[in-house]
Amino acid sequence: MQGFIYPNEYELYWGLLIVVYPYVTGLVAGAFILASLERVFNVKEVQPTYRLALLTALAFLLVAPLPLLAHLGHPFRSYEIFLTPNRQSAMAMFGFVYAWYLMVVLLLEIWFDYRKDLVLWYRSETGWRRWVHYALTLGATDLSEKSLKFDDKMGRWITIIGIPSAFLLHGYVGFIFGSVKANPWWSSVLMPVVFLFSAIVSGIALVLIIYMIASMLRWKPVDMRCADKLAVFLFYAMVVDVSLEMLDFIHRLYESEESIGILTQLIQSRLFISLVVLQLVLGALIPLTLLGLTSPALSKEPIFKVPDELRRLIYLGSAILVQIGIFSIRWNVVMGGQLFSKSLRGLTVYRVELFGLEGLFMTMALLALPFVILWVLVKVLPPWTEDEAHLPQPGAGTDERPSATLP
Amino acid sequence: MMSTDVPDAAGSPAAEESKPFDRREFLKKCGLAVPIVLGVVRVPLLEAQAPSNGDYDPSEHLYGMGIDVNKCIGCGQCVLACKTENDVPLDSHHFNTWIERYVIRTDEEVEVDSPNGGLDGFPPMASEGSEIRRTFFVPKLCNHCAEAPCVQVCPVGATFTTEDGAVLVDDEYCIGCRYCIQACPYGARWLHPETHVAAKCTFCYHRLVDGLVPACVEVCPTGARLFGELEGRATPLARFMRFNDLQVLKPHLNTKPKVYYANLDGEVR
Repeated sequence: MQGFIYPNEYELYWGLLIVVYPYVTGLVAGAFILASLERVFNVKEVQPTYRLALLTALAFLLVAPLPLLAHLGHPFRSYEIFLTPNRQSAMAMFGFVYAWYLMVVLLLEIWFDYRKDLVLWYRSETGWRRWVHYALTLGATDLSEKSLKFDDKMGRWITIIGIPSAFLLHGYVGFIFGSVKANPWWSSVLMPVVFLFSAIVSGIALVLIIYMIASMLRWKPVDMRCADKLAVFLFYAMVVDVSLEMLDFIHRLYESEESIGILTQLIQSRLFISLVVLQLVLGALIPLTLLGLTSPALSKEPIFKVPDELRRLIYLGSAILVQIGIFSIRWNVVMGGQLFSKSLRGLTVYRVELFGLEGLFMTMALLALPFVILWVLVKVLPPWTEDEAHLPQPGAGTDERPSATLP
Repeated sequence: MMSTDVPDAAGSPAAEESKPFDRREFLKKCGLAVPIVLGVVRVPLLEAQAPSNGDYDPSEHLYGMGIDVNKCIGCGQCVLACKTENDVPLDSHHFNTWIERYVIRTDEEVEVDSPNGGLDGFPPMASEGSEIRRTFFVPKLCNHCAEAPCVQVCPVGATFTTEDGAVLVDDEYCIGCRYCIQACPYGARWLHPETHVAAKCTFCYHRLVDGLVPACVEVCPTGARLFGELEGRATPLARFMRFNDLQVLKPHLNTKPKVYYANLDGEVR
């Protein structure tokens, strides 16, 4: 502790789990926005990751409320948010935003996209898979041209609704922090926008990581056109994200309100590693440089032509650094906002617990859980050409969207 | 120079018999008068309103508190009374009310401390640094804001403002999300370590409905804290508000506090 803090500020009331929550919802929103690139904006190159991105978004969305629940003093009363929401409260809207996004956007889009394949799988399979796939069709097994056209049209419309919904989901999480006028570190109108763009960055990077590692595990070659395109989008999203963060930073510095002294101390001492080293240098500047030099982001031909294998490695490394950077952003927002006193006269410290509901192990479990869910989802709803899941075909070409041939 | 005849009269046996009061009787009568005098002088200070018979009507009241910074001596009695009255944990980081000590030196260096919330008073200042220009104590508590950010952010409405102006938490309803603690600009809220719900100053609401003032006001030996009706009544608080230049904490946040300070230094946040 340093300087003066109000006696009630000794304890930090939002811990690691509240860092995980915006991190995870950001990944959901980002992965979905990436998926919508292919669907709505017809970016054909990223098509191999379309379904993977949707399933990733779903896996992470299912986990998103868990850190919040585990953090509540009375988790069994959480349903009150649905029953008697305080309409003035930003947080009260969480349940509705979440339900809308899960039920209306993500599940529906996945269902319409997979329905044809579910029917095909159900017709060609035996055993439990057949029944799981049949159950998932919800009985809609019509594969006439008209119904397939309807699926496609619906999927497109849902994606169009889904883009603003994904913006809403994560912009809203930013609003929860940005609207706290008591806290000068949080209170900023830019907060939802910064959250949103950092979400897009984290989502693209995550899908890139999962796509590359999944290809490796499946002994499939990575589609370099797709990887290049993802890297380019990652680069662009990062440029916007870092610019917005810099704008926020410069704006605060220039306005130099009464909180500037304590916030400067905060950055120089408590947040130096997580903000300057992890978020800015490792999480942004290094990946930006690497991607800018080796991907076709700045010109049609990369500045440094590197072999595919090295480029893949650079992309993977950059994407992992980006994840560290984005997690640091969430940490710096959530913890940074609590490490200085609202008296603006002192700094406090956060002690990470290892065990317990809000401890480090719980956090790691919650971050690992979406990957377990994703593994199950990929087993049940293979996002790549259906045969590959069962019959590995080494040396096969690039991933393609599951073909729509009747058996 | 004229001399009084009393000493002579007192010396004679005749005067002894006819003396209207002797000292013992005088003291006895004084003793009898104490409750009456106190009743007249003190009761209006202590009582929030006439004692009710269980038919307290919140719509008839609007409460606030006045704090005269010049009168606070940092004794910590209010902190102890509050902890005792409201079952606040006795540790050093859960407080409904606490006292801050400010020391402003000639080089404009400001030191603030609140050891154990001021519960045990304040140890002598370390004499480091330049000469002290001014120093004072500031009692702090929930400001029971009319535009309370904590009430705004509570997702389930467990934190609410009563008709008579107190900001309270429904223990049976609070889900323990702690958003209200983050939203309070004054550090007045905390999470109860046993019940896991948000906790704060209630203006001793259980005492108000019985016609009593908050415990901190009752025990303050210097009358630095005043409690009562904010509107239209001839209460000590109304006088306090009439005759002092008043300030509230962090007015720029537009929370409209109902705790008013007199003689508050600009350094206090």
